[in-house]
Parts: sequence; C-alpha cells; structure tokens
Amino acid sequence: MGVCAPNGIGLEGFGRALREGHSGIRFQPDLEALNFGCQVAGKPEIEPAMIESYLTPVQRKGLLANGLIYGLIAGKDAWIDAGLDPVREGPPDWESGIMFGTGLLGVDKFREAVYNVDAGQVRKLGSTSVIQTMASGISAFLGGELGCGNQVSTNSSACTTGTEGVLLGWERIRSGLAERMLTGSCSDSGPYIWGGFDAMRILPRNYNNDPESASRPMSASTAGFVPGSGAGALLLESLDSAKRRGARIYAEVLGGAVNCGGQRQGGSMTAPNPVAVQRCIQEALERAGVHPSRIDSINGHLTATSKDAEEIENWCLALGRSGTDFPFVNSFKGTIGHCLAAAGSIECVGALLQFGEGAVFGNRNCEDLHPRIAERITPEKAPVQTKPCTLNILAKASFGFGDVNACVIFKRYTS
Amino acid sequence: MPVLFLSDIPVETMNEEQYYTKLKTIVSPYLPEDVSADAIGMDSHFVNELNINSAHLVDIVLDVEDEFDIVLENEDMDAMQTVRDAVALIERKRLATDL
Repeated sequence: MGVCAPNGIGLEGFGRALREGHSGIRFQPDLEALNFGCQVAGKPEIEPAMIESYLTPVQRKGLLANGLIYGLIAGKDAWIDAGLDPVREGPPDWESGIMFGTGLLGVDKFREAVYNVDAGQVRKLGSTSVIQTMASGISAFLGGELGCGNQVSTNSSACTTGTEGVLLGWERIRSGLAERMLTGSCSDSGPYIWGGFDAMRILPRNYNNDPESASRPMSASTAGFVPGSGAGALLLESLDSAKRRGARIYAEVLGGAVNCGGQRQGGSMTAPNPVAVQRCIQEALERAGVHPSRIDSINGHLTATSKDAEEIENWCLALGRSGTDFPFVNSFKGTIGHCLAAAGSIECVGALLQFGEGAVFGNRNCEDLHPRIAERITPEKAPVQTKPCTLNILAKASFGFGDVNACVIFKRYTS
Repeated sequence: MPVLFLSDIPVETMNEEQYYTKLKTIVSPYLPEDVSADAIGMDSHFVNELNINSAHLVDIVLDVEDEFDIVLENEDMDAMQTVRDAVALIERKRLATDL
C-alpha cells in the first residue's frame, strides 16, 4: 500500500497520525485571498526534495497537476511496499495492470492552458498539457514508470472512485484476466477543485481560525465537510501469486458491491437513496459470504454533514445491528477532510492499517456525538480515542455524487 | 526628450560557443536519464543521438523562444534536427529581429 494524505505521507507517518489523531487540516491563505467562505483544507505537505526523488527533471518541467504528484507517490510506494521492482527493464509485465481513478486531473495545468488558448497562444501549451489534464494521466504515468502490460485505466465515480477501484481490480483478478492490479485514486488540491463545493455552501465557514476543529464527522456540531486532497494506492494480487512471491499481505478482499440509487426514493444528484445504500452493503456481505454479525468495524463515508446520521441509520438497517451490538465505526475525515476522488483509496489504506495496529483508530472532533446517532448506537462504538481491539472483518463504504455507492469487505490475513 | 526605439538597441552579438553553451543548458533537462549532458555536441542529433522524446522538441522550441526572444515557426522546428541546426536558426532569427 502507499499513501499521500494531508496528515501523513507514507504508511508509517499516516498510520501514526491516525492512531494519535493528528490533523492535516490547515488554514489556506490562497483560499482567504480568493474570498472563499471555507478557508481551511487538507493538503499533503510535500517537500521539493521528495518530488525530485519521484520524478525526473523532465517530468518536473511545467508540472502543475498536483493530483498527479500525489498519485505517483502513493502508486510507486504501494508497488515497492508489495515487494515489486520499480525499475524493471525489458518487456512490460503482462500480468500487472492499473486501475487508478480521479475526478478531475491537473486543474491548475488546465487553467494555464485556458489562459494561453484565450490569448491566442495555443502554441505555448507545450507537450505536457494533454498528459497532465487527461483523467487517465495518472494511470498512464504509473503504467510507464512501472512497466505494466495488463489493463491500464482510470475509473471515475466522484467520491466513490477509490473504493470502487478496489472492486474493479479485484474483479479483474478474480476473473483470471490479471495476476495483480495496482488500484488507487488521487485528487488535486487548490481553489479550482474546491471552489464548486464552497459555492454549494456545504463547507464549514466558522472554523477559519481553528482549522483542526473544522471537520466533525458524526458530531452534533458538524457544519459541513472540509475539502481535502491526496492519493491512496493498494496493490491487489491473487493469493497464490502473493504467497509465491512472499509478499507482505495486509488483508484479503472477501467481496464487495457497487450500485446506484438512481436518484430515486429520496436519492438525488448529491444525496444517497437510503434503499440503495442498504442494498449495496447487503450485497457486499452476501458476495463476501459474511454474516452481518461478523463485521468488527466499519470505516464509513461519514463526511461531516447532516447526512452522517442517515448513514449510521443505513448501516443499522443493513446489518440489523444497533446499540451495544453495533460494530465499531470511524471516519478519518476528522483529520484529513474529505479527499473527494481520493477519499476511498486513502481511507481503505487507513482502514487496513488498523489490522496490523490491532486497534480501531479514534474519531477526531466527535466528542459531541450527534443525538440521532446516539439514539441508534452506543457512543463507545464511535470511539474518540484509538481503541485497542482485535479486528478480523472490516467493512469500508464510500458514496458519491450521482447517487453512487461502493462497499468492500476486508478480512485480516492469517497465513 | 530623446526617444529610444527598440530597433536602436543592437542585439548582443554572440559567438557559436556562447549559443552552444546556452542551448546545452536548455536541452539538458530533456535528456533521458541514461544520457549525460556531456553527450551534447555541436553535431548531436536531438532525437536520433540524444534520444530526446520527439514530443519534447516542442518544449525545447518554447524554451529557446523565451531565452532568445524569437519566434520559431513549424518549418523552423522541422529544420532543427541537430544542435548546429539550432544555433544557425537562432542566429538567423535574432538578426532578423534586429532589422
């Protein structure tokens, strides 16, 4: 696995941040200068020296697509963490593919291009305008770096992208079409990607002086989601191949489901159809062959809006569990914000780190659990501090604009 | 008050060695990792010898335009196969600008 998150780059730093509740949400002076209502956001802090170690001088020239940088760091790290060779020579590895998603790639590069085109200076765009702004730019970059010869593509399903990607990779391996798939997703940072959400007035406006308190999933005082950015990556592989190589195995994907609420039954472009969410969770469990009682922990979508209470209700109904019987539940968005297209992959990485940690990571900023949630589940089930416990089976869900849903069931790997 | 026309300012004269040095600085970042900047000779072919990705020739042209304050057309780009071609082209364009 690999990760480039607002509160940590690399598995060690990210794991520590989640365990200790370190926030990556900071005040963003550029958003203040541009009159944003919400002037706090989550953005990975990348040192220039780090970029130099991942990209050649020619790749760095005119590089404005920050999502691409996040994705390359996470993707390459996941590849190396899986024990694969990042500088392999010779023909492509026909058994390795990539499914690396994004929402909108290289928005700063696209802005530069728009200015040049409008000024009649299309010739000034240079050779990298296309590759930095095509959605599949990230999988194309990784494909070339790692020499992958199987399917190399990009999925896009709003905030479901990263979690959906895990299932797309898993299905391809299961159907025998690939031995391994690098899956993940990335999302740009900056005013042009976040502006639309600020305009929708769904971001918190009263925390510009207190960024670390701004993102409050499951809290009674939540005031909207904090925009984030970054990338996460997971290398999926058939168990046979992973064992043969002696690779480090974090977890098994037991199954999962994706669906869409059709913007019916209370669902809309921006709100989920609760029936579809429940179906998605139940289908994921069925395909995984897991009884709802066996879920130890949930990593929710839980963005820090008024919809969080509805999501908990959906989990209760889908699992048939509530009160003290409800599994542990957490959201990492309290410390990283909502990383949009990158949310699912970053959170899958974080959720799986819990297996090795032997703990459920705590929920930041939800000391005042929303009363509608407290009615449904025992407050201890949404721990505010990291809680040591043995986890065997974990459910991860992501929901996105367009009323799209994805749920994956992971199992701790025991040899 | 004396008026100064741009055309009154002579283009700083440069010799071949100076053009070469400036070009080397421009071209170096576009070299593949296995080609050293020392490989850039006066007769080096950008694509065939220095293994520069042909897509990057577009970027080299833009960098040359900025550095020497000239404009290169598509046909100029086609004619710019070697370092020597580039030096000759830049010199010609700069003189043309001065007229």
